[in-house]
Amino acid sequence: MPESVLFYVLSGVMVAASGLVIGQRNPMYSVLLLIVSFAALAGLYIVLDAPFVAMAQMIIYAGAIMVLFLFVVMLLNAPQEDAAGWDRVHPLRRPGVARIGILLAVVLVAELGWALSKVVALDSPVGARADGAVVGSVRELGRVLFSEYSFAFEATSVLILVAMVGAVVLARREGDA
Amino acid sequence: MIPLSHYLIVSALLFAIGTAGVFLRKNVITILLSIEIMLNAVNLSFVAFGRYAGTVDGQIITFFVMTVAAAEAAVGLALIIALFRTRESLNPDAFTSLKW
Repeated sequence: MPESVLFYVLSGVMVAASGLVIGQRNPMYSVLLLIVSFAALAGLYIVLDAPFVAMAQMIIYAGAIMVLFLFVVMLLNAPQEDAAGWDRVHPLRRPGVARIGILLAVVLVAELGWALSKVVALDSPVGARADGAVVGSVRELGRVLFSEYSFAFEATSVLILVAMVGAVVLARREGDA
Repeated sequence: MIPLSHYLIVSALLFAIGTAGVFLRKNVITILLSIEIMLNAVNLSFVAFGRYAGTVDGQIITFFVMTVAAAEAAVGLALIIALFRTRESLNPDAFTSLKW
């Protein structure tokens, strides 16, 4: 079935690209690989009958947010990590603290595995209950967004305004008026 | 058709990768990128659950998460620029002024 093949290919690309993002020393490559990962995620959204979310993913995430990251990486021009000097002196590198960190990581993985073992019981296909044309229609999406979720929508606009003012204030040089 | 559990497994894998990135990397920009990976993992499970339940609510919550992620990226990158200007470093261990 072509849809399942598409799902597994896109998931594989996405997991591999995300794994490589945290494996790179140069943040430039990390940002570019994350764009690949987000493009694969947009493909997964299309498989899930959510074409509008897929377009928003490409335009907002891969287009706007990642370009902002690229801009900052190029502006700062500090490609390599300087870990060696800090590794020796940093208190988090002490063995006792590291043991607590390993314990927390094991707990996280165990909890994820436990939750997934419960959820495997939900083996029915994602598209079984509803028609894809209904769930994927932009008209229905807009109707629900501007009626049931109108307060959250307005609150989001305030959030964006506050973030914009905050970013301008934080990135400003000290002496400027 | 693909079972719901497969989407959730992919989502859990991505979330684990993002968490590992936050703990392993020594670069503030890569840590922010790992947070973006975690947000997208959660978005994927929202959309998959929404498709499973046959409603559009999952997709709408995804829009709100995207908006919050955009705001977070703008403020976070402004903080990084300000920190780099004073410390000349992107290593999170260099920012220890508030530590006892």
